[in-house]
Amino acid sequence: MRIVNILRIAYRSLAKNKLRVLLTMLGIIIGVASVIAMLAIGQGSKQNIQASMASLGINSVMIYPGSVNSGGVRMGAGSYSTLTRKDADAIAAKCEFVTDVTPVVTKSSQVIAGNQNWHTMVTGALNQYFSIRNLTIALGNTFSSTDEHTAAKVCVIGQTVSTNLFGAGANPVGKFIRINSIPFKVIGLLAVKGQNTFGQDQDDVIIAPFSTVMKRMLSTLYLNSILVSATSEKDIENVKNQVSTLLRIQHKLTPADQDDFTVRSQADIANTFESISNVMTILLACIASISLLVGGIGIMNIMLVSVTERTREIGIRMAVGAKSRDILFQFIIESIFISVLGGITGILLGIMISMLVGKFGGWPVVITGSSIFLSFAFSSAVGIFFGWYPARKASNLNPIDALRYE
Amino acid sequence: MGTPLISVKDMVKTYKLGDMVVNALRGVSLVIEKGSFVAIMGPSGSGKSTFMNIIGCLDYHPAKGEYYLDGVDVFKLDKDQLAELRNKKIGFIFQSFNILARTSAIENVELPMLYNSTVNAKERKERALAALKSVGLAERADHMPNQLSGGQQQRVAIARSLVNNPLVIMADEPTGNLDTRSSYEIMQIFQELNDKGITIVMVTHETDIAQFATSNILFRDGQIISNVVVKDRKIAKDEIPKLPILDQNDILT
Repeated sequence: MRIVNILRIAYRSLAKNKLRVLLTMLGIIIGVASVIAMLAIGQGSKQNIQASMASLGINSVMIYPGSVNSGGVRMGAGSYSTLTRKDADAIAAKCEFVTDVTPVVTKSSQVIAGNQNWHTMVTGALNQYFSIRNLTIALGNTFSSTDEHTAAKVCVIGQTVSTNLFGAGANPVGKFIRINSIPFKVIGLLAVKGQNTFGQDQDDVIIAPFSTVMKRMLSTLYLNSILVSATSEKDIENVKNQVSTLLRIQHKLTPADQDDFTVRSQADIANTFESISNVMTILLACIASISLLVGGIGIMNIMLVSVTERTREIGIRMAVGAKSRDILFQFIIESIFISVLGGITGILLGIMISMLVGKFGGWPVVITGSSIFLSFAFSSAVGIFFGWYPARKASNLNPIDALRYE
Repeated sequence: MGTPLISVKDMVKTYKLGDMVVNALRGVSLVIEKGSFVAIMGPSGSGKSTFMNIIGCLDYHPAKGEYYLDGVDVFKLDKDQLAELRNKKIGFIFQSFNILARTSAIENVELPMLYNSTVNAKERKERALAALKSVGLAERADHMPNQLSGGQQQRVAIARSLVNNPLVIMADEPTGNLDTRSSYEIMQIFQELNDKGITIVMVTHETDIAQFATSNILFRDGQIISNVVVKDRKIAKDEIPKLPILDQNDILT
């Protein structure tokens, strides 16, 4: 018995039942398409998170003041003013694995340029802030150490601020803006960064020298945060431990005292989001797999019905010389054909859905080769697995019983 | 004449129907020679169909006794060898035609050759067409069974049984579902095939149909009670013109 002949036999009998084949296939098509689309959406959101975390500076460690605890009433993170410039200097001087350190102060301010005004957050930080936060300059320069020493009235502004004050595409470098009525010279324009994971516009910023903001705008000794960058991602834990130990000494805390500061790393946040995204992907893939499984059971169902319905046909085939294995192969090939063709259609449909979601849903999608391979292999396996039992049943029939079947 | 094609000795077949044991065949011995045209007759339940199914290798459940087909000890063959034997040496024709529905006449005739690896696609087509031509259906090769009359469907079945050049054609009530004229036409084809040397074994309960055979075997209660040569054998070619003229509707069927 030549394999070509079995293929021809299987093809002819499928061709006679196009609608039924199509409906059976639909189960597999939907299953495979949903697996691919779900994995693409899951992968896409994962990569999106990773990318936005990297844009925040993946190696950075943030130190925030702790919470006020007066008489049992706790006021939340940052409500306590404990961090000072001295802490930042101590970290820079004493901690290993640290490349850059900057104290950070912020003030929300009304900014005016000409007849335009805009409300935004003004950040005061050292020059290192740019490298820790992965910020690049599109036009002009960052401020120098001289600017820091002299508390120069210069600033670097983000694209959103520039657009709102000077109009889209304008070059703000060299122009003056007034922050809380103090004139500042714009010396640099940041490159576009877009939104971060939390939906904040990372371009709606003004960055000025630390001392300028401290002395001219805030007149305070306490910091909003300290930003530190570790030498590499694997040193982040070391940096966190060292910073904690150092700050406890700096703040003269006894072992009984709680930390009056919080140390967090960008990687912590990234990990949290990544694990959320992983759980989501797995969940979606599970749901999609169930539909694939249901599709497989659909194939088995149809093949079983088909074996019963076609018992006489099997008898006829046996009478004219079909061996048991010819019948077995015919039915297995029929179910493999359904699942493989359904699988291919499902893959195409899945890619299409993913692309549509990516295009119109604004959701990033990543179609991986492994998800295509996985769902295709799974659907083929479903075909063999669920086709085998009915095929076996058909091939074990006694010819005369099959012929007489009513 | 004289060479045995089918040789059965002391064949016993019992099967269970619930708690009841049915003795379908109780010691049947028979020799059918090459080139003969045998009609097996008998009332329902006499064992004639059981006998036919066993000698046609369609029943995998074992029977006792001996059975040689063309010198081969059939009871020693496994299922695959039986399938090959059916494919190469036996052609089947059934009362209910048993041709595949929604499958064109030519594809039905091609079927046995799809299970015969020695035939290639071109030869398959040619042989199927030749077989259809020999039963007078060449111009209806692409018709579906539901576009063919009962007689035509049975002729497709005959073409299918012929296509692998069998030694013997086994027909189980081939005219049971047909009108007289169609029945006689089938008999005419059988007689022509028989003249070419193909052995025909036919089960029937119609005595007039049995008259077209060369010998009649009568079964009763699982045994052969008579085996006689037909005197005054009817020749279908001569009998058909004697049939009453059909009306318009009959011609269409």
